[in-house]
Amino acid sequence: MPGGTGNLTGEPFPRAAREALGNAQLRRNLGKATGTIRAKRARVVAELPDWDGLRAAGAAIKDEVLAGLDTHLLRLEQELTERGTTVHWARDAEEANRIVTDLVAATGSREVIKVKSMATAEIGLNEALAEAGISAVETDLAELIVQLGDDRSSHILVPAIHRNRAEIRDLFLREMPDVDPALTDDPRALAEAARAHLRRKFMTVDVAVSGANFAVAETGALVVVESEGNGRMCLTLPRTLISVVGVEKLVPRWQDLEVFLQLLPRSSTGERMNPYTSVWTGPTEGQTAHVVLVDNGRTATLADPDGRAALRCIRCSACLNSCPVYERAGGHAYGSTYPGPIGAVLSPQLTGVDRNPTLPYASSLCGVCYDVCPVAIDIPSMLVHLRERVVQAKPVTPESAAMRGLAWAMTSPGRWRRFLRAGRLGRLLGGRRGVIGRMPPPLAAWTDTRDLPRPPEQTFQDWWESR
Amino acid sequence: MRVALFVTCLVDGLFPQVGKATAALLERLGHEVVVPRGQTCCGQMHVNTGYAEQAVPVIRNHVRAFADADVVVAPSGSCAGSIRHQHAKVAAQHGHARLAERAEEVAGRTYELSEFLVDVLGVTDVGAYFPHRVTYHPTCHSLRVLGVGDKPLRLLREVRGIDLVELPGAETCCGFGGTFALKNSETSAAMLADKMSAVLSTGAKVLTAGDSSCLMHIGGGLSRLRSGTRALHLAEVLAGVAR
Ligand code: SF4
Repeated sequence: MPGGTGNLTGEPFPRAAREALGNAQLRRNLGKATGTIRAKRARVVAELPDWDGLRAAGAAIKDEVLAGLDTHLLRLEQELTERGTTVHWARDAEEANRIVTDLVAATGSREVIKVKSMATAEIGLNEALAEAGISAVETDLAELIVQLGDDRSSHILVPAIHRNRAEIRDLFLREMPDVDPALTDDPRALAEAARAHLRRKFMTVDVAVSGANFAVAETGALVVVESEGNGRMCLTLPRTLISVVGVEKLVPRWQDLEVFLQLLPRSSTGERMNPYTSVWTGPTEGQTAHVVLVDNGRTATLADPDGRAALRCIRCSACLNSCPVYERAGGHAYGSTYPGPIGAVLSPQLTGVDRNPTLPYASSLCGVCYDVCPVAIDIPSMLVHLRERVVQAKPVTPESAAMRGLAWAMTSPGRWRRFLRAGRLGRLLGGRRGVIGRMPPPLAAWTDTRDLPRPPEQTFQDWWESR
Repeated sequence: MRVALFVTCLVDGLFPQVGKATAALLERLGHEVVVPRGQTCCGQMHVNTGYAEQAVPVIRNHVRAFADADVVVAPSGSCAGSIRHQHAKVAAQHGHARLAERAEEVAGRTYELSEFLVDVLGVTDVGAYFPHRVTYHPTCHSLRVLGVGDKPLRLLREVRGIDLVELPGAETCCGFGGTFALKNSETSAAMLADKMSAVLSTGAKVLTAGDSSCLMHIGGGLSRLRSGTRALHLAEVLAGVAR
């Protein structure tokens, strides 16, 4: 099964993380933003007495979709077609980009407006359109900030989480034609400037590209959940609407939305309900509608019984906001459209671990991501599973040799005793404070910031027998 | 009760004082402690680093060593967590159905120290005296994999002379994460720095937790800072033997 392509890989995580770790401002921005949203989420989740039940229902519905994905997809295709939407199937990022580019080119438009969409970021649609001479304008405020800054998103819900207000004002002054030169960094003034900029686009651009948070198989309805209302303008004003949807976005029944429309806003923005939920079933009058159903590694993920639960993800970002590694290393370190804990499993699942070998290790396995995930994805166990695949894919390394040797010692009590006793040689390294302060690589990675205890004269088991 | 002690590889080789404190504590409460020969390690490091296949014989060794024990106690949330949630699963995934069954049995009789004291023995006052200001870090695997909840705190609250202070952001990971501390040492160090400033902000002279691994990490950092705050295992505080 083919792996996914597009914006799913980057530099090795440890190296990519270094930049954020060294940037104090960025770390403050991240810490503040995630801390605030964590507290909000915890508050609104605690309000619901049946959260665990909802969570179990969300997981069960998604598992039901995954178990019968082929049937549900065919049903969706049929319902969409019957209601006047043209359905396209894309195997990977290249194919999806080609389909969308051709559709836009056929309209004669040189510009498209976009509703925030993870799928199009994943496939790199904006770049592909640009190559064809078509410019894409993001209408989600945070996406717009990222786009104007020629930056990459570092969060799936708050793409500009790493930017503060002053940085955004400077960006607007530089990049928006006819913005008021006296613009301040007051959030309302910034939002107003963006609104005026976007309004001009809504009125003139005739093609829109959207994603979808959910696609209902039984009715062919697509659902977009957002908070600014710009998405709604995009979905209704242009004469051509092209929606790019990952094949896992399905829910079987209309009624299932009851569960997800509670889980999603509380988990993502810490709100009881999101401000705008747009549902459309077929094109509006005078409109042409297309849906591009994208695989891009999802079928390959589905084929892995220990990894398929990653496809339950509803992109709420609760795991990012809770993750202590994400909070320090920032979203760019993950090198993919999908950062944070879910990115650490989803990206390697979509591309194959050979193209993302460091991401499964970008976690301390603290487990907080599993605790907060509204569809109960056991991310820590999946990371461990992916690590096993990384190891299996590699030839012998110093690490694998050490692990093998250690396991060999651990399976014989006699060998183990001798191994631990040999550790007493480490006493020679102990300084006057009774600790080991400096070690050569690879242990320097430890002793650069931490002392090591000096090994004891006697192991516990030796002491026990001698007592 | 006859209690089989699983000291864990780290305690055996690096922190024997934790094993001694655990044994002393259980004996003081009137139980017979045995240390089954043949025990080595739970294999968690192998499993969590991606070497589950190599961990299978380590798991088999563990299961064999504790096959006859009535009850197994480990002074480690993460090792007890691994025994309970990984052993049988890893064995089954690698085609060892019989081993998986036996691992399940051993796991059913295995407890982390605070669980054993509170749930099995039903004691919270272990008769300890520890006249210091102490703060408690609920390590991630004790908290989330094992779910020990507030059991360690209930034990600590009964210690005489103790000045127990709350740790800000207690439930945030300290950044140890096994091989994570080496593979992503810079991220790990950033997490450690935040944990240490939280610890130092309490004015505690002792940081305690139920896992020697996390304590090695945080304690190693505190020692490097020459902060004067020590890291001690929960068993050492409860044994009341630490100076
Ligand atoms: S993995 Fe769970 S918590 Fe993370 S974004 Fe997806 S649904 Fe949300």
